[in-house]
Amino acid sequence: MNWLPPNGELHGITMDAMLRWNLAAVFWMFILAQILLVVALLRRKPATDKRTKASSRRAFLFAWLLPLLAISGLYARMAISSRRLWAARREAPASSRPVEVEVTGVQFQWYFRYPGADGIFGTTRAALVNAPAGNPLGLDPRDPHSRDDIVSSLLVLPVEQTVEIRLHSRDVIHGFFIPGMRLKQDAIPGMTAQVRFTPVVTGEYPILCSQVCGLGHARMQAHLRVVSQREYRDWLAVREHARLAAESPGPGESQP
Amino acid sequence: MNTKVGRFQLFTTDHRRIAVRYLVLGLVAVVIGTLLSLVMRIHRVWPAVAFPFYGTLRPEDYLAVVTMHGTLMVFFVLTVVPQSAFPNLVLPGQIGAEQMAFPRLNAAAFWVTTASLVVLLAAFFAPQGAPISGWTSYPPLSAIAAAGPGQGTGMDLWLWSIALFCLAAIASSTNLLVTIVACRCRGMSWGRLPLTVWSWLVSSALTVLAFSVLLAAAALLLADRHLGTSYFLPSGEVVNGLVMRSGKGSPMLWLHLFWFFGHPEVYISILPGMGLASSLLANFTRRPVPGYRLMVGATILIGVLGLGVWGHHIFVSGMNPYAGTAFGLTTLAIAVPSSAEVLTWIGMLFRGRLQPTTPMLFALGFLSFFIAGGLTGPILAQPALDSYLHNTFFVVAHFHLVMAMAGVFSVFAGIYYWYPLLTGRRMNERLGQVHFWVSLVAAYGTFFPMHLAGLAGEPRHYAQLSGPVASFANLIPVERGITFSALLLATAQIVFLINVAWSARRGSPAGENPWRATTLEWSPFPHPIARGQAYSYGGSAERDFSPQWQETGAGPVFEGLKKAPSPSD
Ligand code: HEM
Ligand SMILES: [Cu+2]
Ligand SMILES: [Cu+2]
Repeated sequence: MNWLPPNGELHGITMDAMLRWNLAAVFWMFILAQILLVVALLRRKPATDKRTKASSRRAFLFAWLLPLLAISGLYARMAISSRRLWAARREAPASSRPVEVEVTGVQFQWYFRYPGADGIFGTTRAALVNAPAGNPLGLDPRDPHSRDDIVSSLLVLPVEQTVEIRLHSRDVIHGFFIPGMRLKQDAIPGMTAQVRFTPVVTGEYPILCSQVCGLGHARMQAHLRVVSQREYRDWLAVREHARLAAESPGPGESQP
Repeated sequence: MNTKVGRFQLFTTDHRRIAVRYLVLGLVAVVIGTLLSLVMRIHRVWPAVAFPFYGTLRPEDYLAVVTMHGTLMVFFVLTVVPQSAFPNLVLPGQIGAEQMAFPRLNAAAFWVTTASLVVLLAAFFAPQGAPISGWTSYPPLSAIAAAGPGQGTGMDLWLWSIALFCLAAIASSTNLLVTIVACRCRGMSWGRLPLTVWSWLVSSALTVLAFSVLLAAAALLLADRHLGTSYFLPSGEVVNGLVMRSGKGSPMLWLHLFWFFGHPEVYISILPGMGLASSLLANFTRRPVPGYRLMVGATILIGVLGLGVWGHHIFVSGMNPYAGTAFGLTTLAIAVPSSAEVLTWIGMLFRGRLQPTTPMLFALGFLSFFIAGGLTGPILAQPALDSYLHNTFFVVAHFHLVMAMAGVFSVFAGIYYWYPLLTGRRMNERLGQVHFWVSLVAAYGTFFPMHLAGLAGEPRHYAQLSGPVASFANLIPVERGITFSALLLATAQIVFLINVAWSARRGSPAGENPWRATTLEWSPFPHPIARGQAYSYGGSAERDFSPQWQETGAGPVFEGLKKAPSPSD
């Protein structure tokens, strides 16, 4: 079980504990079943059939019905506990105003957009997409909300604050996967997925693409850096400054 | 019984000859599919290796290889053999029918399946090679030729191949359904059907439903590619620097249609193996199947519930989280009848004395893998856990155990068991035992450690682990072990091929009914009448079974064989 990468997310703690007991339960069931198979294979018993009605009823009860009920009980237990965690992670409304980041997957890159000082994501247009000219997301320079938007290829987040990701894809389906945050969500073109998570441990976490998306699928990786709230504010401030100080009001990409 | 495969006739409608052809087709597919899997395993561990006639693999080549491996294995091995070859071989016999209901439709289905395989393999020679979008072919990657190499002609060939396969599967399963319903011999009531026949009834119904939906989906995707429709394409697509025409569709539609097919497909390939396991366990413990009606009920329940669980493949794709919960529940529900069947099988093992013949060993192997892979199913059925494990090697481990290895082992069990029907000889036992034990150990060695890679978060479809995920470097020893195991697993199959070839000439003569079985495919009469239950094993030591073709209580078996069937029943 130490195969799991270090967890840095609030609900990840519960998930790890759940996964652990689930794996333990099915592992021992697996061992028990395999032992029974081996015993059956090695067993030597004369082939006589001296079963009575009563003994076969007992066999039905103890070797079939009760184990089946116990196994079904285990499945029910799994359903309930996982239902709670799923509801907490995916259905509960945000408790406080979350940090908002827009994540866009394109072959074969992740882009992270922060709404800037106005807190509003500006308009984007497919026709304006031009990565070499520094506008990989097609920000519309005519929209004032776009002017202060920050686009980064590194995801930087403050620790102990809930983040809301708005997930997009511009071309094919990608999978936004942060193993260290125990988070996975597909980016489907034409849809916006909203997922929340709360980093609780500072550090660097790999971000991968988990849905085959073309020849560069395996190298479609990025980093999440979880920093203290203070460092986060500083990081944002530097980038906003650069963005607003840029000569033309056209959007540009700020590299970390 | 002595219908050996004789002179070659191209358009034969004889179901046994068609069965042999399906077996050959499956063999071609499994050999290519296995070689492709070895290419992947070798490339993952030694990326610089140059393959003969090809050279080193580019990342897109790895994806093309995964796609073709998965497609070959799922469609042309684990659908063709359990759902087409085996029923052609024994289903008419088991229900006492002389012929299939629609012999010519049945023969046509074989040739369409062959055409489908040829079209699929042609994709390797397409201008930019085979498609790279995996066996699930999610759009827009599969809808837009510019989205990657192989997504032009290669993807078109893939879609046409699948469309042909769907047509053939629907035709062949319709034939099976009608044959089971309408062509049973006198006395073969529903309650006397062998469990294999019940499995084929359910899996054929699933095939007709599921493959119709896949056929429709493939047609829509071809329309998106060539007719300017946009069933699967939303607006605002920018691919390769090009703004695509706008549409109002959604890739989600494909995900639902595909998995509405994809999940029942798993049962199509495994239900016949489940029926066979029940039959073999009864035969080789010389005891009837306990709770015959419960087993039939469980099989039907699995088929019905199997149509309502497809959402567990797309928990994290943007489906409503409540829908995720619902699909998780239906999936845990289907685990209950599956567990019931497993408990019955384990119970059967402890009733009589087990005869460890090769078919029996492979049935045990089937059981072992079905349990090993089946137990991780309830874990993956929980959206909260699957949202970590989805598309990692944990899933690869799960389906290779529960579907691939359980399926392949049940296919081997069937071949060792029914081989005398085709050749009049038995396969060599000693080679069979070697084949079984090496395959069992190597299969666990290959697929069990993949769980660990999956827990570590290693995604599927990655040719290389570089960049930030180089953190998986500590998995290299595990990866290497998996590759060595896979090489051993593939090598062990040579023993099987030698056995098949050698035994056809030199195997010990099987005589009539070599396994002392009860079901009608072993009947010496051309027009049998079913006179009893499917699994009448047990009784006295000298006469521990009474075949279905024999009048019950008609004295020792071999006297009964000589008696002509009485017209009255
Ligand atoms: C020698 C035995 C086999 C080996 C070593 C093997 C190995 C592999 C490997 C390495 C992958 C790719 C994982 C990835 O990078 O994503 C894979 C995928 C797959 N395999 Fe196998 N496999 C074997 C047999 C089978 C069989 C018998 C089946 C039949 C069901 C099967 C079905 C699949 C499927 C459906 C995929 C996924 C393909 C995709 O994602 O498009 N495999 N296998
Ligand atoms: Cu991607
Ligand atoms: Cu499924």
